[in-house]
Amino acid sequence: MVRFEHISKSYEGNPAVNDINFRVEKGELFGLIGPDGAGKSTLFRILTTVLLPDVGHAYFKDRDVVDDYRYVRRNVGYMPGKFSLYQDLSVKENLKFFATIFNTTIAENYDLIKDIYEQLEPFESRRAGALSGGMKQKLALSCALIHKPEVLVLDEPTFGVDAVSRREFWDMLKSLKAKGVTILVSTPYMDEAALCDRVALIQDGNILKINTPDGIIDQFGKQLYKVVTQHIYQALQALEKISDEWHAYSFGQEIHIYSSKSLNIADLKGQLVSMGIDDVQIEIGKPLIEDCFMDLMVSEKTEDYV
Amino acid sequence: MRILKFLLQKEFLQIFRNKAMLPIIFVLPVIQLVVLTYAADFELENISYVFVDNDHSQESENLMAQFNASKYFRNKGAKVDFNTGMEALDHNQATLLLRIPRGFAEKLQKEKKASLMLDVNSIDGQAATLSYSYASEIINDFSNNIVQKWNGLPNKVVLPVNVVSRYWFNEEMEYKNLMVPGILALLVTMVGMFLSAMNIVREKEIGTIEQINVTPINKVYFLIGKLTPFWVISIFELSFGLIIGKLIFDIPINGSLPLLYAYTSIYLLVILGIGLWISTLTDTQQQAMFLAWFFIVIFILMSGLFTPIENMPGWAQKLTWINPIAFYIKVIRAVLLKGSTFADIQMDFVIMSVFAVVVLTLATLSYKKRV
Repeated sequence: MVRFEHISKSYEGNPAVNDINFRVEKGELFGLIGPDGAGKSTLFRILTTVLLPDVGHAYFKDRDVVDDYRYVRRNVGYMPGKFSLYQDLSVKENLKFFATIFNTTIAENYDLIKDIYEQLEPFESRRAGALSGGMKQKLALSCALIHKPEVLVLDEPTFGVDAVSRREFWDMLKSLKAKGVTILVSTPYMDEAALCDRVALIQDGNILKINTPDGIIDQFGKQLYKVVTQHIYQALQALEKISDEWHAYSFGQEIHIYSSKSLNIADLKGQLVSMGIDDVQIEIGKPLIEDCFMDLMVSEKTEDYV
Repeated sequence: MRILKFLLQKEFLQIFRNKAMLPIIFVLPVIQLVVLTYAADFELENISYVFVDNDHSQESENLMAQFNASKYFRNKGAKVDFNTGMEALDHNQATLLLRIPRGFAEKLQKEKKASLMLDVNSIDGQAATLSYSYASEIINDFSNNIVQKWNGLPNKVVLPVNVVSRYWFNEEMEYKNLMVPGILALLVTMVGMFLSAMNIVREKEIGTIEQINVTPINKVYFLIGKLTPFWVISIFELSFGLIIGKLIFDIPINGSLPLLYAYTSIYLLVILGIGLWISTLTDTQQQAMFLAWFFIVIFILMSGLFTPIENMPGWAQKLTWINPIAFYIKVIRAVLLKGSTFADIQMDFVIMSVFAVVVLTLATLSYKKRV
């Protein structure tokens, strides 16, 4: 459905993305995960024809997005990272406006947005600028879908949205996927990766890994140890002193250690207690996708320095 | 067509929802016309003057009486000598110092010839020139009277050459008749250029342009949708301004209004084109505002509205050939005051149409490339 081939783009000499290759199949919910500035938006903007690549080609249904930009614009829905609807127009006016410029009507494609738009209907005559963050996002999604696109491109749709709305949003994506829409979504939140069919981890303009969430966990190849203590900061410093063969990170209320060798838990615990961290608990954990990304991203960085 | 109609509908909706818009459209023209027309009156009255009379003769008193009788001058009192007189000029108590030297009357009697001294504060050159010429007129009058007395002629003066002048097209030299059309031109230009320059850049600033750019909308349609509302508003401004000009200042409308509107329509294409161009070159409304100001100030100061084009140096006069406002002011004055017909201004139509084509092409290309 969508293909990127050797895409590179730099801004004033600073490379944003480097030789990117991947494809998204029809009906997939594909996630592009990476920190700010990784190049996610650049890739999406190239795909949606608002940016030209320096090198390489992007294809939508085997049509080059540069040559066939009109076809792409008619059949791809794009929701930019920044809220880009008219704040001084009402909910209904915005939707009608985008329906009209795609030469369609709200009624014609209402079935696709029905579930989402129904939640907005009580506020139909409210100005878009006066909506809450979650509502704005639903409106933006409705406007991006109103021309019944085959591919929906969402640039960090859940950025800055509360946890409940995020959850809801992913449910909406699931139901859109069930209606046959191919979805490309980018996010800086690693926990959202598990909700995608396949994910690409991107950092500094390079794709580190592409796989299904389970596939990525299977490929992890390291042992995860969870360290629980009240003294996270001291424990992190202590762990760094003990050995440089592993990486240790604070992970919410815990510390996660990724080690390629298996560790003797009792020994490690003893060492930590002797260094004054007396409430420490260590156990073997099952890695989540966040752990895999964390490890991948840091190993990549360290290799750069070496 | 349906898309265009909807685009227009959306633009108008947004314009009238903008709380600042209605005052800009209705209050701005009234204030500009009323305030500027009165304020930009070049006629000077009540020029304050002081005098030093070292002669104290009948003649000097007659001259003073003539100054006092004039509506242009206001006597600020006698000063004892040149120094105190200059002090009054220094302290801005007076614009003009008239000095009558000792022996003025005697010299007149004996030599049939005498001199006076006029010192004019020339900080404001225009005011100085006017004060000087008004004063000269009074003094000339005064001399004529003396000549008549000597020659024992009756009241009627018989001079070998008698100049009878008449100001054509603006008989009473009414400044407002000259200013109102000029300010109307200004108004139409400002509204057209600022609003169009700010509009598209606003979409850039808010980010909505990104969403528009991923739609299959035809960019030319989009631009037509953007510019038409401002064209309509500017035409409305002209009508509104003409009504105010007629009601408050009773300006003459000697030419054909359809002709004026036809010319304005083409002129607005140029102005909106410049506005559009500005908005393609800038990223924020602030930048657009500065750039629009830059153009407006240069265009206006070199348009002949406040200083006659004939007074400018040669190179500056040549620059007015690429100044659309200069053409527009010329045409609006010609049509309103002189009653010029299409035949008289057809060259201006051609020139303005060329401007329109050039500016709109450049702006559209720049828009396609950059936005």
